[in-house]
Amino acid sequence: MLLKNLLEHIGLEPGRLHFSWISSAEAAKFVEVANEVNQVVEELGPARFLVKRKARVA
Amino acid sequence: MLHYTEKIREIAGRLLKQGVVDVFIGYRKGSVPMMNNPLLIRDPGSTDLLYWDSNCALNLCNYLTGRKDRIGIVATGCVSRNIVTHIVENQISRSQLYVVGIPCTGMISHRAVIRAVGGREIIEFEEQGERFLVRGRDFEEIFEKNDFLQSNCAVCRYPNPVLYDEMLGERVPGYEGDDVYRDVEKVEQMSSEDRRGFFSRMISRCIRCYACRDACPLCYCPTCFVDESRPQWVGKSIDPVDTMTFHLLRAFHCAGRCTDCGACERACPMGIPVRQFTKKLNKDVQELFSWEAGLGLEQRPPLDVYRQDDYDGFIR
Repeated sequence: MLLKNLLEHIGLEPGRLHFSWISSAEAAKFVEVANEVNQVVEELGPARFLVKRKARVA
Repeated sequence: MLHYTEKIREIAGRLLKQGVVDVFIGYRKGSVPMMNNPLLIRDPGSTDLLYWDSNCALNLCNYLTGRKDRIGIVATGCVSRNIVTHIVENQISRSQLYVVGIPCTGMISHRAVIRAVGGREIIEFEEQGERFLVRGRDFEEIFEKNDFLQSNCAVCRYPNPVLYDEMLGERVPGYEGDDVYRDVEKVEQMSSEDRRGFFSRMISRCIRCYACRDACPLCYCPTCFVDESRPQWVGKSIDPVDTMTFHLLRAFHCAGRCTDCGACERACPMGIPVRQFTKKLNKDVQELFSWEAGLGLEQRPPLDVYRQDDYDGFIR
């Protein structure tokens, strides 16, 4: 929670970061969560923040 | 706070002479005005080097990590809280320490003073009770100390040492307002986009010197993640993303441990308000775990224990 709050505090879009705890026996939950994450992130579009394109050299 | 100097010298001399401690840690007057240096002495004859005024803002707890000898140390409220954290984290044991407590009325922000004199060079600093005087080649000005406190000192709720063997004066009142986190709240109210800009601009001046880390008593790992190269956790360039990663991780390593002593901000050569990161964490730790670091030896830090009622609304 602290990490999520900090990252969103410095400007990471809400919805970019997800946490879940899924047991190896919970296949259905895995599918559900994966689909949900996929959907939310797709709506947000490609990440622009904290993405290192290329090392900048002087 | 000047009058504590004599007392500190006297106590240090006594402790060293009597063999109560092997080393005494305090401050000495810096070679540059308003920049007092940490000082470790072993010889009871050199206690005259010890000094105390409102420029003793580096955190002495930094010099305790892993020591095996007996140590006398000068501690204000925040330093004592860091000592507690050190004891809780097994970096030093209570029995090795003789803590000389100082009720602290706050440290002066040298940057604010330099701004106030228009960036002219200050060659002399003199504290006179609640006021202080700065002198340059062709000017002399007197300021009220309370107008120039470091921003963390201005809202300090724990100016008195929480742990000490000897106290040098009467307790002083701490800050009682409920707006300690006003600066963090102000940023919280900005939009996500604006905050991204705010923090990116803020660290754009960072030269990755790691002075903030070095000044921090919490940063005592034998090898810091930024210095490792196998594996390399974070890029070593001044690419904005690398720099942001460094600041995020540095702050997160202090989660639930930071006492807001302000050493990081004071040490930053670029004047970056790096406490903006740690203070957000302090605020959240207080809201989520009702925790403030270093207030007692009995409790374990929040990130060190599991409780059934820990907040887990973010996990699916």
